[in-house]
Amino acid sequence: MTFLEKFTLIFTNAKYLDSMLTGLRMTLAISIGAAVLGLILGTIVALVGLAKAKTPLMKIPKLICAVYVTVVRGTPMALQLFIMAFVVFAIRGFPLVVTAIIAFGINSGAYVSENIRGGILSVDIGQTEAGRSLGLSSAATMWYIVIPQAIKNVIPSIGNELIALIKETSIVSMIGMYDLTAAAKNVGSGQNLANYLAPMSVAALFYLVIVYLLTFIIKIIEGRLRQSDRR
Amino acid sequence: MIDVKHLSKSFGNHLVLDDISEHISPGEKVVVIGPSGSGKSTFLRCLNLLETPTKGTITFEDTVITDPKVKIDKVRQQMGMVFQHFNLFPNMTIQKNITLAPVRTGLMKAEEANEVAAQLLQRVDLSDKADAYPNQLSGGQKQRIAIVRALAMKPKVMLFDEPTSALDPEMVGEVLDVMKELAQEGMTMVVVTHEMGFAREVGSRVLFMDGGHILEQNTPREFFDHPQHPRTQLFLSKVL
Repeated sequence: MTFLEKFTLIFTNAKYLDSMLTGLRMTLAISIGAAVLGLILGTIVALVGLAKAKTPLMKIPKLICAVYVTVVRGTPMALQLFIMAFVVFAIRGFPLVVTAIIAFGINSGAYVSENIRGGILSVDIGQTEAGRSLGLSSAATMWYIVIPQAIKNVIPSIGNELIALIKETSIVSMIGMYDLTAAAKNVGSGQNLANYLAPMSVAALFYLVIVYLLTFIIKIIEGRLRQSDRR
Repeated sequence: MIDVKHLSKSFGNHLVLDDISEHISPGEKVVVIGPSGSGKSTFLRCLNLLETPTKGTITFEDTVITDPKVKIDKVRQQMGMVFQHFNLFPNMTIQKNITLAPVRTGLMKAEEANEVAAQLLQRVDLSDKADAYPNQLSGGQKQRIAIVRALAMKPKVMLFDEPTSALDPEMVGEVLDVMKELAQEGMTMVVVTHEMGFAREVGSRVLFMDGGHILEQNTPREFFDHPQHPRTQLFLSKVL
């Protein structure tokens, strides 16, 4: 069989195709779940980090957020995943997919929070001053004036973060999960196709298509948000 | 209307305002001039607490606004401010720029705010720009919008922080015209500017600041024709 024949076989053989699609579904489930969790977590952490601590008590949440970002960004993803799977959620019957979503979500949140923080800081201080000088509260100024402009600035870097996240989920096979990468390895193994190049190529194609679609969606959102920039 | 007592402001070790006391009465048009770094913008920005004074008190009508317990948002709703760099909200249409604060502070319902915006736009002859975005406007147009955006809150006093300094020379006139009209209507105004013609024509009082002090103040005629302080004389000899 030539490479092309093997490549096609993966799509025509129900067992191989089913195997790949099962992996793909797992990759998507972890990615989407972690992205949602990461965006929510990242936004909260960014806002806490930027808030002015008026009382000593308010410094505690700020400190927690700072430690969180430092620890998560300073340690390997695989290690974080192991700690979640073998220590924190080492509970019999606890669904691995939830463990993975939490591990990747927490990881992604740290990076997203830095992106959002930078996005908010990049909005001209004059915007805040204008809002406050009109008598708007600091929360209203943030919500109606600063955040909409910050979102526009952070969409590209958030997009990058989501793309990185999707690809990083490929390490979940290390805790015994069956994702797209694990599926490719399984389909290529001796008792199946006995050839790794074809299934790996199919997996690569799937990843590419997902990332390409995501890039496309981000472009559309960016275009919408840039409406006010037209002259 | 605004009473300033022993106001000092420092940034780190740098003393920008040094024990300033001043009173601004209703209807006055106070023009603040002086070299860069003299503290005139900081003085203006202290009046609505965009800068927090290091020392001293500021009283607006009967409220000591430097008291931390005062709800500063309520006070600022009565004090309009216009900035050198316009600071229009680029993500909103002109109409939304004007109506945002009146609606979100609960001053007006949306329909009322829209009506007010329409009137204000007509007043500055920019009715056709209601649905445009700030980036589509010239500098002069932006500043005229910034002025009416502040007016939409129906303020009792208007603070201007070098409103024409960032404009192309040919656009200065249209902005000053709006300010002159406002002055004629009796608005209380505090204007930091380098436009000596405006100070002379519109000002009811001119303050000259340097080194964090008000060195001299007088009616515009006396101030420009017979400056007393040597520093004032030197400054005027360079700018006039």
